[in-house]
Amino acid sequence: MIEFLLNGRMEKVDQADPNLSVLEWLRTKMRLTGTKEGCASGDCGACTVITGTPDQAGKIHYQAINSCITLLGSLHGKELITVEAFQQEPGHPAQTCMMEKHGAQCGFCTPGIIMSLIALHANHQSATPDDHKLLEALSGNLCRCTGYRPIVDAGRDAMVQAWSPDASHPAAGLKGDRSADALASIHTGGITLKAANDGPRFDAPASLAELRELRSRFPESRLVAGSTDLALEITQQLQTLDHLISVERVHELNGCTRDNDELVIGAATPYEAFRKPLSELWPAFDPMLERLGSLQIRNRGTLGGNIANASPIGDMSPPLIALAATLVLDGPDGARKLPVEAFFHDYKQTDLKPGEFIHSIRIPVPKPGEKLFIYKVSKRLDDDISAVLGAFKINLEAGIVSDCRLAFGGMAATPARAREAEAALRGARWDEASVKAAAEALGRDFNPLSDVRASAAYRLQVAGNLLQRALLASDPLVRDALTVTDYA
Amino acid sequence: MRRLPLNTPTPRHSAKGLAGQGARHDSAWKHVSGQARYIDDLPEPQGLLHAAVGHSEQAHARIVSIDLEAVRQYPGVVAVITAGDVPGHLDIGPVFPGDPVLADDLVEHIGQPIFAVAATSHDAARKAARLAKVEYEPLAAAVTVEQALDAQLFVRPAQTQCRGNPDTALAGAPNRLQGHQRVGGQEHMYLEGQACLVEPTEDRGVFVHTSSQHPSEVQKLVAEVLGLPIHEVQAEVRRMGGGFGGKETQAAALACVASLLARATNRPVKYRLSRGDDMIQTGKRHDFLNTYDIGFDNDGTIRGADIMVAARCGYSPDLSDAIVDRAMFHADNAYFLDQARVTGHRCKTHTVSNTAFRGFGGPQGMMIIEQAMDDIARHLGQDPLDIRKRNLYRPGRATTHYGQTIEQHVLPQLLERLEASSDYRQRRSDIEDFNRTSPVLKRGLALTPVKFGISFTAKHLNQAGALVHVYTDGSIHVNHGGTEMGQGLYIKVAQVVASAFQVDIDRVKVSATRTDKIPNTSPTAASSGSDLNGMAALNACEKILDGLIRFASDHWSVAPDDVVFGENRVRVGKLSVPWAEFVQTAYMNRIPLSSSGFYATPKIHYDPSTGTGRPFLYYSHAAACSEVVLDTLTGEYRAIRTDILFDAGRSLNPDIDLGQIEGGFVQGMGWLTTEELVYSDEGRLLTTGPATYKIPAASDCPPDLRVTLLENSPNHEATVFHSKAVGEPPLMLAISVWSALRDAVSSLTDYRFSPPLDAPATPERVLAAVNASKAWLTDRKESA
Repeated sequence: MIEFLLNGRMEKVDQADPNLSVLEWLRTKMRLTGTKEGCASGDCGACTVITGTPDQAGKIHYQAINSCITLLGSLHGKELITVEAFQQEPGHPAQTCMMEKHGAQCGFCTPGIIMSLIALHANHQSATPDDHKLLEALSGNLCRCTGYRPIVDAGRDAMVQAWSPDASHPAAGLKGDRSADALASIHTGGITLKAANDGPRFDAPASLAELRELRSRFPESRLVAGSTDLALEITQQLQTLDHLISVERVHELNGCTRDNDELVIGAATPYEAFRKPLSELWPAFDPMLERLGSLQIRNRGTLGGNIANASPIGDMSPPLIALAATLVLDGPDGARKLPVEAFFHDYKQTDLKPGEFIHSIRIPVPKPGEKLFIYKVSKRLDDDISAVLGAFKINLEAGIVSDCRLAFGGMAATPARAREAEAALRGARWDEASVKAAAEALGRDFNPLSDVRASAAYRLQVAGNLLQRALLASDPLVRDALTVTDYA
Repeated sequence: MRRLPLNTPTPRHSAKGLAGQGARHDSAWKHVSGQARYIDDLPEPQGLLHAAVGHSEQAHARIVSIDLEAVRQYPGVVAVITAGDVPGHLDIGPVFPGDPVLADDLVEHIGQPIFAVAATSHDAARKAARLAKVEYEPLAAAVTVEQALDAQLFVRPAQTQCRGNPDTALAGAPNRLQGHQRVGGQEHMYLEGQACLVEPTEDRGVFVHTSSQHPSEVQKLVAEVLGLPIHEVQAEVRRMGGGFGGKETQAAALACVASLLARATNRPVKYRLSRGDDMIQTGKRHDFLNTYDIGFDNDGTIRGADIMVAARCGYSPDLSDAIVDRAMFHADNAYFLDQARVTGHRCKTHTVSNTAFRGFGGPQGMMIIEQAMDDIARHLGQDPLDIRKRNLYRPGRATTHYGQTIEQHVLPQLLERLEASSDYRQRRSDIEDFNRTSPVLKRGLALTPVKFGISFTAKHLNQAGALVHVYTDGSIHVNHGGTEMGQGLYIKVAQVVASAFQVDIDRVKVSATRTDKIPNTSPTAASSGSDLNGMAALNACEKILDGLIRFASDHWSVAPDDVVFGENRVRVGKLSVPWAEFVQTAYMNRIPLSSSGFYATPKIHYDPSTGTGRPFLYYSHAAACSEVVLDTLTGEYRAIRTDILFDAGRSLNPDIDLGQIEGGFVQGMGWLTTEELVYSDEGRLLTTGPATYKIPAASDCPPDLRVTLLENSPNHEATVFHSKAVGEPPLMLAISVWSALRDAVSSLTDYRFSPPLDAPATPERVLAAVNASKAWLTDRKESA
C-alpha cells in the first residue's frame, strides 16, 4: 500500500501493478487527462508534473519530473501536483504570462511547460529573472510549434511575479511547507506495492538493513532508483517487471559527505542533489551536468543508476574513471571497494554479484597541479545522449605531463580508458606535438561503432580533437571562447 | 448581391478583436490549464476497446503465412482482423492507389500494418500485436534514392518544366558550375501522436473523432473500407496537438483500422499510436537528392540552369506527385533562372510512404538553388548576398520556368531593408575579423530570401465552405472546413466574422470541424487555411448581412447605404441599435440569420503535360539573416542571431502570424541541423523516438531573434482583407542557418572554397565540411 498527496488530497493505493507509470495511473485510473503523453520515454516533457519530497528535517523539495517514466510506487510519502491543480482562473503567473506571450499554439506540450515553469517559480521566484536557470528548467520540454521564444519570454515575466494562493488551493503546498503535516502523517518505513493475484511487486525499503535483507531474499529482483532508464523497458519494450526493489528511500544511500580527501556520494543521490558539491570540487562537472539529460531527468536519475546501468554512453563514468574514483559495493558478503574502471566488464556487463548493489561512490578531491577537463559532444546541445564524451585528468609539473588519465564514453562497449594515448602523453611536454601523438594513439585504443549518433570516423577524430581543446583550454594565452556553449 | 466594403483596414474605433488586431488563441486558457481536450482525453464511451496493429518486419517481401493464434489468445483481445476482413475497399490511397489498409500478401516497408487487434486495454492490444508469427519470403528492396534511380523504380512518372533553351545557354555561358546535395527528410514530431476514437452508429455507420487535417478524406476512406455511402460516416476534429502536414493523409489509416474493428466488434474503438509506432508507421518529409548545372555571367547573373530533384517517396504515391511538383515549382526560389529546365523524379523505395510536411517539397527544391547561390559567390569571390540580390525576380525578369509571371515584386525592396536592419555589411566585416584570429570557433552569416507559391497545385482543392449562424442574443457560431492544429485558424476566422458584423470577438465562437456541417472540405494544408476558410466565412456573413440590410432598409425606411455596422451596433439612419437588439428585431421579422458560404480561388490553372501555367494565386515573401558560430574541432554549432522580415500582406492577426513565423523558422532549423532520420541498410528506421531524433530544444532558438512584419504591403490579390498566407513560408527561412554554417566553414579557405554540406548539417557533417576545406587548402599548397 502506498500513500501520497495528490493536488492537496490524500490518496491511498492498496493494490496496483507497480509497472504503472505515474502518467498512466493519472490518465487511465484517475482520468486526469491534463498531463499528456508525448513519448513515454522522458524525452519530451509533455508529461511533466511536480513532486514534493520531504527531507529528513521535513522540509519539502518541489521538483519537475517526467511522470511517464516515474513508477507509481515511488510516490509513497510525497506530494504530487498536476496541472489539474491550476484550473481556476486567473491561474498561476506561469499561465497568465504564457497566454499573454502566445506561448501555446497546439497546446499539447503546454501543461508540461506550465508545470516546469511552476516548479522553477516555486524554487527561484525573484525580482530579477535568470535566463540561464530558465533555459535549464525548459531543457526537457519540447515544443514543436512556437520555436520557444514566446515561452522563454513568458517564463521570464512569470518569474518576477508573486503568486499567493489561498490555503485551500490544491497546490498551496508550493508556498511554504503547508503540506508538511499531511506528509508527516504518512508511514516512513519500508513499503510494498503489489498487483492483484500475486502479480508484480515493488518494494521500497527505508533502510540499508532492509535493502540488504530484501536483496538477499530476492536475488532475481531488479534494483530501481529514479527509473529514468529502467522504465523504458516497460514503456518502450512493453516488458512486465515482476519484482522491483527501489533504493530511493534508503537514507544511507542518499546524500553527499566529505570523508578526508574524498567526496562520498550515495548511490541513490540524484544528479541535481550532488551536482553542487561535486562541481565545487571539480568545476568541469557543472557544464556537463547541465547538459546531462534534462532537469526533469536530473531530478530523478541517480549516480548509482548511471554507473550500474553500465551504458557505454553514460556520462558520469568517464570522468569518474579519469579521477580514479572508487565504488563501494554492498551485499550479502559485506562491503567491498572497487575502482570504477574495474566495474565494467563488457557491454552492460558489470562486476556486480547476485544480491549486491552500489552503496556509494568515492571521488578524490583535487591535488595541486591536477586539471580535469570534461567534454560532451552530441547532436543537440541540450538533453541529448553523447556521441563522444571525453574526460581527462592531467597532472602538470613545469609544463610536463607527470601523470594523466584519459577516459571516454561512446568509444567502446564500456566507458573506457585510453591507455595508449595516456602513455603517449605521460612524461611528455603538454604541447601540440604530444597531443597529436596522443590523438593518433587513440586509434590503437579504440575501434568505435557507427550508430545513429555518429560514425566511427567522427568519434575517433573528435576524441583526438577534444584533447586538443583541453590543451588550448589550459593555455592562459588563449583568451577566446573555445566552445559554442560559451555563446549560450 | 451588394458588395460590402469589407476589404478595408480595421476602423480606428472598432469592436474588440477584429481582423488586423492581435488576439489570443481561442483555446489559450484551456491550453495553459490542461483543459483542452485531445482525442485521448475525451470521455471514454462504455465498452471502449483499444486498437493496435502488427506490422511488417521486412522492407519488401511476400507473406508466406500468418499465425495469429497467440494474438487471439492474449488476455483482453476481443477481435483480430486481416485484409480478408475488410468489407469494402482495401486500398486507401488518397490520390492514387497503392496503400492497402492492411497488407494482403505483399509488404513493401518495415512498419506496414498486416493485421489489427482490438483489446480491452491499450497495453493488451500492443502486447498482443507483438505475438504474431509471420513468415516472409524476402524480395529485393530499394532503400535509398540512388538505389531507386539505379533500378528505375518510381511511384509516378517524372515531370519536366522547361523554359527556353537551357542547353544552349549553359554551353554559351562565361562560367558554369555543377553541384549536388542530399537533403534529409523530417519527422513531424507533432507532440500529440496520431489518434482517433470511433463510435458505431445505429445505422451501422460510424462517428469518427480524429486528429486529422483532412476530416473529409477520413470520412470518405472510412466509408469506402466499410462499403458504406459517405453519409453513414461523420468525422469530427476539434483540435490537433500539432499537424505540420503529418495528419493530412496519415490520420485516415488509423480511422479506417479503428472503424473496421468497431464494425467487427460493434463496440467503440480508440486507436492511438505510441511514439515509436508513429515514427515507424507513418510518413515523413521526403528526403531529396538534387543536382544543378548552372551557367552565369562574370557578375553572377544566371543565364541558364538545368536542375534535377529526386525524392524518396517510399513505397506508394500518397501525395508525392504534388510534393515533387512543388519542389520543382520552387527550384528557382526567388531567382530568375532565364533559360531553365527542372526535372523531378518520384523514386519508389521500400520505406514508409513519405507525405506532406510544412512546405510540401518546396523547401527541398529551394535548397539546391540556394546552394548554387553560395557556390557562384565563392567561385566569383563575391559576397553571396550580392549574388542573391542580382538574380532576384524583378520587372522584366519576372517569368518562372513554369511560365507564371511574378506580378507583385516584394523581395528586392524587402532584402534591401533586411540588409540594413540586420546591419549585414558591418557584421560581415566584424565576422571576417573574428575568424581571422579565433583559433577554434568560426562565425558565419547568411541572408536568404523565400518566395513561396500560395494555392494547392491540385486545382480542385482550392475551394472551401463555411456555415455562420447568428443567434437571437447576438452571439454567433461559425463552422468552416479548416482544422485547428495550433496555427490559430479558428481565431483568425472568428476575427473575419467579427469584422464582417463589426462586433466584439467574444461574441463569435468557432466550434469543431465536422463533415456533417461542412461537406467535401479540402485538407487544412498548403498554408491555405485562412485564405480559403476566411473567404468562405466572409461569404456566409455577406449573405446574412445582405438580408439584414434589406430588412433594415425596409423596416426603418432608410436607404441601404444608411445601414452601417460598427462598434457592436447598427446605425440605421439616425437610429443606433445595439447589435443584439437589431438581431432580435430581424428574427421577429422572420429574416434569415444563418447562411452557408463558399469560396473558390480564382485565376489559377496548370497543365502538367506542358509544365506551364499559373499554379499560384500569389506568392508569400520573406527573408532571414542568420549568424552562427561553429567549433572546428567537433562541428558543434549554435545559431546566435536571426533577423526576419516577413510579408504577411495585411496581417489578419499579427500576434498569431509572429508565432507561425518563429515556430516555422525553428522547425526548419531543426530540419536542416539536428533532425536526422537514420535508416539501416535493410530499410529499418533507427531513429524512432525523441531520444535519438533531436528536434530543437529551448536553448536552440537563437537567443537574439528579431522578427518584423513588412508594413504597408497589402496583397495585390483580393484575398481575405488582403492578407497573405503565413503557415509554410517561414520554415524555409531556416535555409539562412544552413547557408551561414557553410559560410563559417568557408572562412577556413578565406571564402574561396564552397564546402559540401548535406542536410541535416549535424555536427558530424559540419566537421566533414571542415575536413574537406582543410583538404582543399592542402591540395592547393601541394599544387602550388
